[in-house]
Amino acid sequence: MIDFARNVRLWFAPAEVRQEGTTPDYRFSLANERTFLAWLRTALALIGGGFAVDQFLPDLRWGWRVGLALALLAAGALCALRAVSHWVRCERAMRRGEDLPVSRFPALLSAVVAVVAVAMVVVVLFGWEG
Amino acid sequence: MSGAVAPGAGRDPGLQPERTRLAWRRTTLSGTVVVALALRAASADGMPAAGVVACALCCAWWLGFLWIAHRRIRGLAAVSAPGAPAMPYAVGAVICTVALALCGAVLVGAG
Repeated sequence: MIDFARNVRLWFAPAEVRQEGTTPDYRFSLANERTFLAWLRTALALIGGGFAVDQFLPDLRWGWRVGLALALLAAGALCALRAVSHWVRCERAMRRGEDLPVSRFPALLSAVVAVVAVAMVVVVLFGWEG
Repeated sequence: MSGAVAPGAGRDPGLQPERTRLAWRRTTLSGTVVVALALRAASADGMPAAGVVACALCCAWWLGFLWIAHRRIRGLAAVSAPGAPAMPYAVGAVICTVALALCGAVLVGAG
């Protein structure tokens, strides 16, 4: 938790990140930036999925529809926050010459997306009469 | 590839800035799809005022995102400093995305 608070502080203090270690080849920094953007697109896709569930499944019970949509929107927001957090951690690791940070987040996100997908299949097949 | 030289000295940037520029462009396109869906939601019959305001805020955050991406793309086009710090842009883009999700939650709840 303290690590996370420190990480958030670094989001708004880029100069502090640049004080550590040596500047890596900027091509690696740009690759790091593209990875961040890919995660941001994933976040935007989850947010768009939330809107899509809300609009394209109008026959669902209100609770299911809004619940699934809000879950997807929350996943999108979380994914976006995690994207910048991971970028900062990778940037610091590169500057210090350490190994890149490993993360359980991709596995967690995959599991959540799979659960939501299965829930939607079940709800669409059996939840119409609601 | 050795990191001992001064930043940016004698390295061939190759297509890296170009690829990064296109990645920003793809990301703004993803945001555009999200805002199109938000506009579709807000134009539904019987949408209360709160939903319309939330949709307007979504559009505002999307414009903020476009502005940030535009500035970053112009920074990448400046060949002299492709390694300029990108973190403020990233943090700004994430703030816009999270705010978009929050406004979207209000919009979905109001619908």
